[in-house]
Amino acid sequence: MSLARHLLLQLVTALALPVVLVTAWWIASADSTDVFWPPLSDIVDAFADTWTWDRITGDVLPSLARLAIGYTIALVVGVLLGAAIGLSRDLRAFLEPTLEFFRAVPPPVLVPIIAVFAGYTGWTSKIITIALGCLWPILLNAVEGVRGLDEVLVDTARSYRLRRRTRFLHLILRGSSPQVAAGARQALSIGVIVMVISELFGANRGLGASIVQFQRSFAIPQMWTGIILLGLIGFALSLLFRIVEHYSLAWYRGLRQADRGA
Amino acid sequence: VTVALHPVPAGRTLPRGLRAGQARDTLLGILGLLTVVVVWEVLPRLGVVDADYLPPFSEVAAALTDQLGTSVFWTALGQTLRGWAIGLGISMVAGIAAGMAIGSVRLLRELTASTIEFLRPIPSVALIPLVVLLYGSQPRSALVLVVYAAFWQVLVQVLYGVADVDPVIRDTARSYRFSRWARFRQVIWPTALPYVVTGFRLAAAVALILEITAELVIGVPGLGQRVGVAKSSAAVDTMYALVLVIGLIGVAVNILARSVERRVLRWHPSVRREQS
Repeated sequence: MSLARHLLLQLVTALALPVVLVTAWWIASADSTDVFWPPLSDIVDAFADTWTWDRITGDVLPSLARLAIGYTIALVVGVLLGAAIGLSRDLRAFLEPTLEFFRAVPPPVLVPIIAVFAGYTGWTSKIITIALGCLWPILLNAVEGVRGLDEVLVDTARSYRLRRRTRFLHLILRGSSPQVAAGARQALSIGVIVMVISELFGANRGLGASIVQFQRSFAIPQMWTGIILLGLIGFALSLLFRIVEHYSLAWYRGLRQADRGA
Repeated sequence: VTVALHPVPAGRTLPRGLRAGQARDTLLGILGLLTVVVVWEVLPRLGVVDADYLPPFSEVAAALTDQLGTSVFWTALGQTLRGWAIGLGISMVAGIAAGMAIGSVRLLRELTASTIEFLRPIPSVALIPLVVLLYGSQPRSALVLVVYAAFWQVLVQVLYGVADVDPVIRDTARSYRFSRWARFRQVIWPTALPYVVTGFRLAAAVALILEITAELVIGVPGLGQRVGVAKSSAAVDTMYALVLVIGLIGVAVNILARSVERRVLRWHPSVRREQS
């Protein structure tokens, strides 16, 4: 089979079911008079009118910016704290039950607590909620990753008297990165959840807030466009994550393959 | 793809030196928790943190004791646990059934891959407005969110598991003319089981998050809803007490999931090695 045909076949298999599903939705909803399930054609029509440039810059981008800031804070704090905790056995034993407790608290209940402290209108409280929600999976995985570092590498780094900075960058950060990536992936989906929930409290703007406003004002096709947009964003973020992970963990896949081949 | 099995706490067969280290670790852990409690008690008392925002631990503990004496609390606890368990159960059954069916037929696997990759990362909170319209604050609203979130966790793990079957073993079973059922029972299921259990652990945690979210945001009856009520009636100590309980449920869910993991996979090399 030629390469072109092979690619074409792959494309067809990838698109077949989505096309069937969307067509089924389109046909099944075509004459729908049910208020809650408007025809898909109405939803598609409403899309461009709903998500205007104003709304994108006023609601969608700020939401994503808050997610990005909160997530980055969680990543930096989680990796630094995780490295510190993972390197000391006593510190790890001291903090482990406490961290396990904080990890087990479902992030949405942080919203009322942070609201008590800071009110819930500005950016700060939302970013804090997102960062706190994302922190625990990253932190606990970083601790595990640092704990699982290859002993030989650790001892070698010590024998060669690698400088602190070099040791951190090339041994600790590198060595724990597969585990950290696993935590970061969990954190990303939690981050999206918290991003939406943080906008449902108080008078707010943002992607999550707009969708709920559509629902409250019974603008049903608009609400559907919001659900679809949120879905697309979730998909795009996970795709972005996979690309970043693919490139930054290329060495790890190579290592595993070499291990298996040996 | 490897299964991330959590390290299993040491059994009774460990050498003495290790056991002593374990006891020390446990002691340090308890000390850590006590430190948090003391800091929590002292900070508001010294005025470092406003006691209106963070009441001292003793006051929260008192509020918790009050709560334990009310029927409202126990009803809410029951509602939360029931919603969580039903949602998790449905996702497990549906996830395993769909995963096994899709995973063992190559054509199905290839056809559904793109759709699964697309639907899985859609945050289930996106469905909140829809379930509010359809079911209002009935438990069914929470159920939809919980099942949507937990189902994909199970499905994807089961798919990994079925794909992990050793081709030699599969072909051997086929050569010996194992029946379809025997192949499933003797070859596919044991290979996929560690993945199923990992899916259970992930799904159990996610299901709790969504159950609490639905209660807090939509007002589905349960502990999350009580947190919202406590917040809006400015009963800050009760709010903290309830959050504490929810956190403990989370810890219990994690411990339960890990003990299920150990029990179900007793025979599996990864668990046996850690215990011998």
